[in-house]
Amino acid sequence: MAIIRDMIPAFELFQPTTVEDALVLLAEHGQGAWVLAGGLDSYDWFKDRIKRPEAVIDLGGIDELTGISDAQDGLEIGAMTTLTEIVRHERVRSEYTLLADAAEHVATPQIRNQGTLGGNISQDTRCWYYRSGWPCYRAGGNTCYAAAPQAMNREHAIMGTSRCVAVSPSDTAHALVALDAKMIVRGRRSSNVYDAEDFFIGPATDITRMTVLESGDLLTQINIPGEWANAHFYYEKVRDRGSWDFQLVSVAAAFKTSGNTIDDARIVVNGVAPFPVRLDAVERLVRGTSVDEAVAIEAGEIAIQGSHALKYNEYKQPMMSNLVRRAVRSVA
Amino acid sequence: MGEAESIGLLETKYSRRNFIKGVIAVGATASSAGYFIGGSGLLGAQSVPGAAERLITLNVNGQQRRVDVLPNETLAMTLRYRLNLTGTKLGCDRAECGACTVLIDGVNRYGCSTLTHQVRGSSVTTIEGLENPDTGELSLVQQAVIDEGGFQCAFCAPGFIMSMTAMVNENPNPTRAEAAHALSGNLCRCGDYHKILNCAMRAAELARSV
Repeated sequence: MAIIRDMIPAFELFQPTTVEDALVLLAEHGQGAWVLAGGLDSYDWFKDRIKRPEAVIDLGGIDELTGISDAQDGLEIGAMTTLTEIVRHERVRSEYTLLADAAEHVATPQIRNQGTLGGNISQDTRCWYYRSGWPCYRAGGNTCYAAAPQAMNREHAIMGTSRCVAVSPSDTAHALVALDAKMIVRGRRSSNVYDAEDFFIGPATDITRMTVLESGDLLTQINIPGEWANAHFYYEKVRDRGSWDFQLVSVAAAFKTSGNTIDDARIVVNGVAPFPVRLDAVERLVRGTSVDEAVAIEAGEIAIQGSHALKYNEYKQPMMSNLVRRAVRSVA
Repeated sequence: MGEAESIGLLETKYSRRNFIKGVIAVGATASSAGYFIGGSGLLGAQSVPGAAERLITLNVNGQQRRVDVLPNETLAMTLRYRLNLTGTKLGCDRAECGACTVLIDGVNRYGCSTLTHQVRGSSVTTIEGLENPDTGELSLVQQAVIDEGGFQCAFCAPGFIMSMTAMVNENPNPTRAEAAHALSGNLCRCGDYHKILNCAMRAAELARSV
């Protein structure tokens, strides 16, 4: 990563106060527009001169995008709500502990104080070949440097790849999939609701983006349905350092249980693919079973079926397997 | 952009003090000139709703400061090179090291990764603003750092002290582990964390006794 200690290259800054105005600005500037949430992912791109938007649309002044409110069933979280607000919110802490846990695992206090939930799940991948401006598939080129024979790919994907082997960096994405959250996306003419699971897309769908968001779209709100409130949750993030670091592998799981029998489960792993991976096969295995060590071990084995390690990330297979095993075991 | 690049050039050409004076004296004219080319709200009525004005008022350390700020300028840059508040350090410029930590409405954030235009209407506190402006009496956290002799080279100290200030205001009764968690967004290359945590615990102790 280039270290440049000077100004960010020039751009025009727009600070709309309504979603409507923001959508107009986005439409006007088209591909030259950049949506700025907390900015912590954006400024790195700008400082490195890899992305050079003409117009930056700062969402920080739009009040309707912040805050957490009680919905009839569940919670409605504005996309610009900071991670710190989420961690401290009483109902998130008591009923949706999984999300509070996930948000608390993001980077550092300063970043959580500024970084937003919408930004955290919409941030771009950390693959350093891509972020250093190499002309890879994701950047519109015709090769993947991270999958090359000599590549440094310890942090890259073991599944869900298609030409690109980068991973989703978000700590909250898989928690939202586990909670079956709904993403409200507004465009100039229409507004769509996506299941969290469908919000994140892989390179097979579109190699240049990590979410359904296209130019001109705004993620405005994340709804957490009441269905998984107060479920039994398990979140664990493995990283090289105790703070700041992105995950190597992490798991977010929600279980509905009676005693140590699992009635229903949603188990999602991140850091292993270009999107959070929901483990349907493992969920089918554990649903209706009474958890013992044999079930936990089998869950771990099924979790990594079909995975394929690159040169330096073989460790992610047992790591993922063990995290899933621990998640299932936590019910017993 | 014109001025952006000139910051590097000027710095090598003149001493830093001259450079700062120079920017203060010519900043408004020189930098505006560059901006006019791109079409500016300063020429008359704002051309587009939501477009940011260049000349803004910032509340820094309790004072209203009128300052000419580029749209692409970070708060750390404005504080150091426009307002001469060089207590705020620039280490990594990447939201990693925490040397640029300031309080924005009492919340600790990275000055290197906040646009100055985003804090119009907020109150910014830097290390220079912690002491009592009338008596010069140090803040509790500053006093705790002196009592415990917490830092070696102390380049990271202003950032750590701002994070400690936020921590003490929020939770004056932290465990050592909680203090470490609250300060985990600041790095010390001297590896002086043990003594820095002593400072944090001492600061909390002082805060509780007030």
